Order: sequence, then structure tokens, then C-alpha cells
Amino acid sequence: MNPFTLVRLPTLDAARERVSAEPQRRTFRAGGIDLLDRMKEGLDAPDELIELHAIAGEHGARMRGIAATEDGGWRIGALVTLGQLAGYDDLPPAYGAIKDAAGNAATPSIRNGATVGGNLLQRPRCWYFRHSDLLCLKKGGYECLAVSGDNRFNAILGGGPSFIVHPSSLGSAVVALDAKVTIAGESGLRTIPADQLFAPPTVDPTREHTLAPGEVLVSVDLPPALPGQRSAYHFAKEKQSQDWPLAEASVRCTVEGGVIQDLRVALGHVAPIPWRSKEAEDVLEGAAPSAEVFAKAAQAALSVAEPLEGNAYKVPLAQGVLRYALHFATSTPLPA
Amino acid sequence: MADRSALTRRGLFRGIGSATVVASCTRTHPGTATNTPSTDAALSPGEIGPSPSRLSFELNGKAVQVDVEPRTTLLDALRVDLDTTGTKKVCDRGACSACTVLVDGVQRNSCMMLAHDVEGRTVTTVEGLADDGHLTVLQRKFVEHDALQCGFCTSGMLMSCSALLQRTAGRGSALSKEEVQDAIKGNLCRCGTYPHVIAAVLDASKERA
Ligand SMILES: Cc1cc2nc3c(=O)[nH]c(=O)nc-3n(C[C@H](O)[C@H](O)[C@H](O)COP(=O)(O)OP(=O)(O)OC[C@H]3O[C@@H](n4cnc5c(N)ncnc54)[C@H](O)[C@@H]3O)c2cc1C
Ligand code: FES
Ligand code: FES
Repeated sequence: MNPFTLVRLPTLDAARERVSAEPQRRTFRAGGIDLLDRMKEGLDAPDELIELHAIAGEHGARMRGIAATEDGGWRIGALVTLGQLAGYDDLPPAYGAIKDAAGNAATPSIRNGATVGGNLLQRPRCWYFRHSDLLCLKKGGYECLAVSGDNRFNAILGGGPSFIVHPSSLGSAVVALDAKVTIAGESGLRTIPADQLFAPPTVDPTREHTLAPGEVLVSVDLPPALPGQRSAYHFAKEKQSQDWPLAEASVRCTVEGGVIQDLRVALGHVAPIPWRSKEAEDVLEGAAPSAEVFAKAAQAALSVAEPLEGNAYKVPLAQGVLRYALHFATSTPLPA
Repeated sequence: MADRSALTRRGLFRGIGSATVVASCTRTHPGTATNTPSTDAALSPGEIGPSPSRLSFELNGKAVQVDVEPRTTLLDALRVDLDTTGTKKVCDRGACSACTVLVDGVQRNSCMMLAHDVEGRTVTTVEGLADDGHLTVLQRKFVEHDALQCGFCTSGMLMSCSALLQRTAGRGSALSKEEVQDAIKGNLCRCGTYPHVIAAVLDASKERA
């Protein structure tokens, strides 16, 4: 790693101003898992790491806490670790998808350092991006090297011009749960729908999110649970022990009078952003839960897939993962 | 030719390191040390580096001080500067858990932390498990169950499993196989000792129950 200065400032504004003054040289550090990885690899060499964990006072408390909000929702601070979120028993089961996503990401010890904010804002894992000798589209090069290279782990949905998959396991869960995120910027705090945090590569292939340099993600805000709300997260990995997911699905819904309502479906690790599937939602909204209709919805969700040469296997895999998530969210028995 | 015994790799590192063990040798339990600053000392405002600066924390019951750069990982400070080489470096990227230590009782990958993150905190490495040369129940069970081959993953396995036993200590019942499997999901063992590790931990948890 390059030499750097660790900067601990006690207020959110001081930290924000420090980075926005010189974002090329300065960057935030939360758990530092993704940041140190990139610095060790030589992809980034900031002169100053501004420690988000040093922020004290009201903002610090908000960033570190999980709390019920006045409107009946829940707020998860950006500095809450994945381990804290996964073990937080008071979070109502209606939001189970985000807890399960946190509890299945990475490893037990990584989860004790990795934060919710850092997880949503981590950079992609594509091996061409992560290799310091290769200049891919994400690093200002001319092409996405995955297109003609080994693309077994790359996008099957929404790809182009970059074919990364969004690396965050919390991503599909926050989108399915219709969460918002609160961001601290120059003009104070603002709250936007979580899906607007993620930027498709068509906008700017070198970035995955919409925060301006120096802006801080403060919290993930879960809306009040709908009456009878259920949610589920499911994934497939190559190994049973720690591994990056090949496909993930998060589902939120209610089941009223025997039919599915208020459905939101999002897929993870299949597209450059957490992928909302309106196709699946259209098939299922108002339908009675059954293995048959779930299979149809999964087919619809992946009907728009455009796999690359080496990752067509992810199409049936993602269908299966989504079907499981739908069964779990609606407590529908799995087919024999 | 240099005298080989004088020029071991470890000795060389020791020679250039700047570590000092400052306090007495009495063993304190995590969190009970009176000579450590508040656990939030690592967060107090200020700037550190880029040149080496003083870091103080409690390592296996002893207060230690060492001068390290901000870019020094906790793992490198432990192994190179403090000569605590029981903690192993394998991937250096958080992917294998060989470098697992307990920070204030919580299991962490020391390769993905900066040394200065533990200012004022309590760090336990595999060297700190045994009490005055007496192995813990878990360590004895590792031996009995032959839970290691080359041993490179073993200190990390022991730390992950010690953390599991500690956080379930009040339960009074034995652990399940699934709980042990979950706890070592991040610990990679090239020699494939997993079944023996699981048997050792289950046995240790039975003895406790
Ligand atoms: C072995 C291994 C396996 C993994 N498996 C998974 C997995 O299965 N699923 C998964 O989702 N992840 C996985 N990860 C990735 C890991 O979860 C992320 O690296 C981690 O969550 C990042 O969080 P952090 O707090 O360490 O972020 P940092 O590294 O501190 O920050 C990441 C980036 O976001 C910026 N940032 C952080 N917080 C804020 C904020 N509040 N406001 C503004 N900017 C901010 C930083 O400047 C930095 O650029 C794995 C990692 C490892 C090492
Ligand atoms: S050396 Fe730290 S996780 Fe592998
Ligand atoms: S015993 Fe050799 S790596 Fe585990």
C-alpha cells in the first residue's frame, strides 16, 4: 500500500468538506475492507483516508445505530456492520430479506468489519477491473474486457457497455424492500429511493453509484412495513462455505385473500445494478401463489437476459434462485 | 559466511522492528485491563502519519507500544513488529481467515485492519489462548482429534472457534454441527481438516455443557 495519512474528524460536515475539497487525493474509509483491497492491489492510492468511524455526535449516532423511526419504519446506519445487522433480533421479520442478505455475505470475520454503507458503495469484483495491469472500461480504457474474455461471473441482464455485476449483497434487498437512502451533501441531508443510488454503466461506466465526490451515505431507511408484509432473500454460490454469490433474489410482498400483492422483485449479481424485475412482478401481482406461477414469473424475469459466451448457465440458475425466494416469501411449499 | 543461527529470518525482522513490550507479564482478561485507555481511543480526532507514530494497545494481556505507519496492517504489526507470528498471513485479502484475531473479543481479519485501528483496544492472538502454558479445552480437543495437518490455517481456525465458544458460553448446551460449520465458513484449509475441526469443537462444547 502507498503511504497515507489517517484523518479522524469528529463531525460529518468536517469529514465531508475534507474529501470534497480534494476528492482525487482523499477518500472515506468505513470498514476499509474494499478500500484496503483496492489499495493493496494498487488500483487506488489516496493520500488521506478520512475515517467515518471517527464521526461523533448526533450524526455519528445515526450512522452507527439501528432504530425504529417515527413514521413506523426502520433506519439502519451506514456504519452498522453486516454482522450487527444480521444479528439484530428486533428488526421485524417483514424486513427479513436485508438481514438474511447481510448474514450470508462474505465471512463471519469480514462481516464484523464490513459496513452497510461500504457494502452498497464497494467497487465491482470483475477480475479485469481488479487486475492492476489491465485497463478496462471501468478504469478509463476503451472496452469491457469481459466481453471477449472469461466472463463466467459477469452480467446476463442490463449489461453494456460494462458487464460487471453489482457486488453488493444488500443491493437486491434494499431495492426489493423499497428502501430509501439518506445522503449528506453540500446542502444538508437528502433522501432518495435506494434504486436511484445505483447507476447503470450507460450513464458513466467508471462509476456504480450516484453520490457526488465527498457526499456521505448516512443511513438506509426502510419504509413502514405493509400490513402482513413478508420478504425473503436467496442465493446460489459455487461452494457452501464463503463465496461470492452467482445469483441472488430478494422479494417483498403481502398475501391478501389468497393473492400476491405489493410485490417487488430484485435480482443480485446478475446485472451491473441490483436488477428490479418488472417482468416477474407483472406475472405475479394479483396471482395466487403456486409453484407453477413462480416458475412462469422466473421465466419472465430472465426472458430479457442476454448472456455472454461463458455465463448462459446463470439464466436457469437465477430462475431457480428467484423461485426459491418466492416460495420462501409466500410460505408456499417447494415442489417435490 | 554468516552464522546461520544468528541470521534467522525472524531474528532479522526482530532486529529491525521497533516494538517494545512495556508492561508486566501479568495476564489480564479481555476488557478488564486497567492500564488501557477507553476503547474509543482509536477514534479520537487527529491525524496520524504518513510516517510511523506511536500505537499502544493490549496484546494477549500485556500492554504493548510500537511505532508504525498508518499503512501497516494489524497483521504485519503483529508478525513483523511484535514478533507474534502465531497469526498467519496467507491471502492478505480477507479471503482465508488464517489471520483471524480477536479485537475486544470480536473476531476480525487482521490483514484487513490497520494497526492503528486497535489503539487502546485489546487484541488476542493464538498465543494468548493458553493460560500460563495450559492449553484451553479447545486446543486440547484439536490435538486429540488430530484437527490439523500442515497447521497453517490452524491458528485462524482456533480463533474463529474460540470466538464461537465465547459468544455461546452462557448457553449451557452443546453446539450443533451447523453452528460450527457457519463459524468456520471463512476459514480455508487446504489440507481438508474440516471434519476433524468440527469434531474437536463439538467435543469442546460438550465438555462445557
Ligand atoms: C472474502 C470476502 C468475501 C466477500 N463476499 C461478499 C459477499 O458475498 N457479498 C457482498 O456483498 N460483499 C462481499 N464482500 C465485500 C464486503 O462485503 C465489502 O468489501 C464491504 O461490505 C465493504 O464495506 P466497508 O465498510 O469495509 O467499506 P470500505 O472499504 O470502507 O468502503 C468502500 C467504498 O465506499 C466508500 N464509503 C464507505 N462508506 C461510505 C459512506 N457511508 N459514505 C460515502 N462513501 C462511503 C469508501 O470511500 C470506499 O470507496 C466480501 C469481501 C471479502 C473480503
Ligand atoms: S491472510 Fe487475512 S484473510 Fe487471508
Ligand atoms: S491444516 Fe493445512 S491448511 Fe489447514
